[in-house]
Amino acid sequence: MKYLRFLFIGILFGIVLSKGEIISWFRIQEMFRFQAFHMYGVIGSAVVLGVIAIQIIKRTHLKDNSGHLISMTTQEPGYARNLIGGTIFGLGWAITGACPGPLFILLGHEGWVFIIPILSAILGTFVYGVIYKRLPH
Amino acid sequence: MTKIIEFIQQPWPWWVAGPLITYVMFALLYFGKRFGLSSNFRTACTMLGAGRVSDFFKVDWREQKWNLIFVLGTIIGGIISAQFLTADASVSISASTIADLEAIGIANPGASFVPEEIFGFENIWSLRSLVFLIGGGFLVGFGTRYANGCTSGHAISGLSNLQWWSLVAVVGFFIGGLAMTHFILPYLVKL
Repeated sequence: MKYLRFLFIGILFGIVLSKGEIISWFRIQEMFRFQAFHMYGVIGSAVVLGVIAIQIIKRTHLKDNSGHLISMTTQEPGYARNLIGGTIFGLGWAITGACPGPLFILLGHEGWVFIIPILSAILGTFVYGVIYKRLPH
Repeated sequence: MTKIIEFIQQPWPWWVAGPLITYVMFALLYFGKRFGLSSNFRTACTMLGAGRVSDFFKVDWREQKWNLIFVLGTIIGGIISAQFLTADASVSISASTIADLEAIGIANPGASFVPEEIFGFENIWSLRSLVFLIGGGFLVGFGTRYANGCTSGHAISGLSNLQWWSLVAVVGFFIGGLAMTHFILPYLVKL
């Protein structure tokens, strides 16, 4: 089954974020209080290596396993959407102590309580999708 | 073998976790996919029939099936980690964070992964827990879609690709996170 590989990569991601304590509410508080290097080390090392990896991908014209050139633009232009949307997400991140990935990992790690913020996040996404035409982007 | 398990059971330092996150991003790119967790909330809306309410959800969710499988994997990863790979569930946060959190009324900071008085089963029907769980989750879901990405899409993938707008989004993440932590959270904790 071709999807099985994504299950395994997901399991790896779940274990890494658990064992690295990135899913801990306390680690996120520590990060937003600038009181330890841990979270900055995690994100910083991931980004520095990521920059190197993507430069190699681009300069060697690396193809994915089905023969397509790897492309990876993920941004949508606009100060309003990125700054306001980012700020709203940041407010939520500091309350739940979890961004979307950790919300799912916490469901496995801590138990069913975390189905509540996941369902609420789906609701938040739904509300955005209903009113987005009236928001500045 | 026991020695290896005991070694893995220790908390992993940043220089192990960070590079492995890069590996996850690279593995997904190699299989033709883009690393982004918040997209799954949109897929969930589409699967629940939100396309009838807004064109925003009229997308083919089958193209995101891999991402849902990936998410299923992350949940299993969390279970495996909690059941087999964690000898001690305390988190060694800095002394200053412990002092700051005690000062706003959080008991035993770092004794577990999350503060039990807020996220523990027995307390979730309190006003405070519902605000944290429902309010926090809502802001995460609304904000990530508005900004078109979360930590995986913008902070990891976007910054790795040197994208200007991802940097703007990450600045937003911190404006919101800092405002919540320093100005609003002390009041929410007292609910």
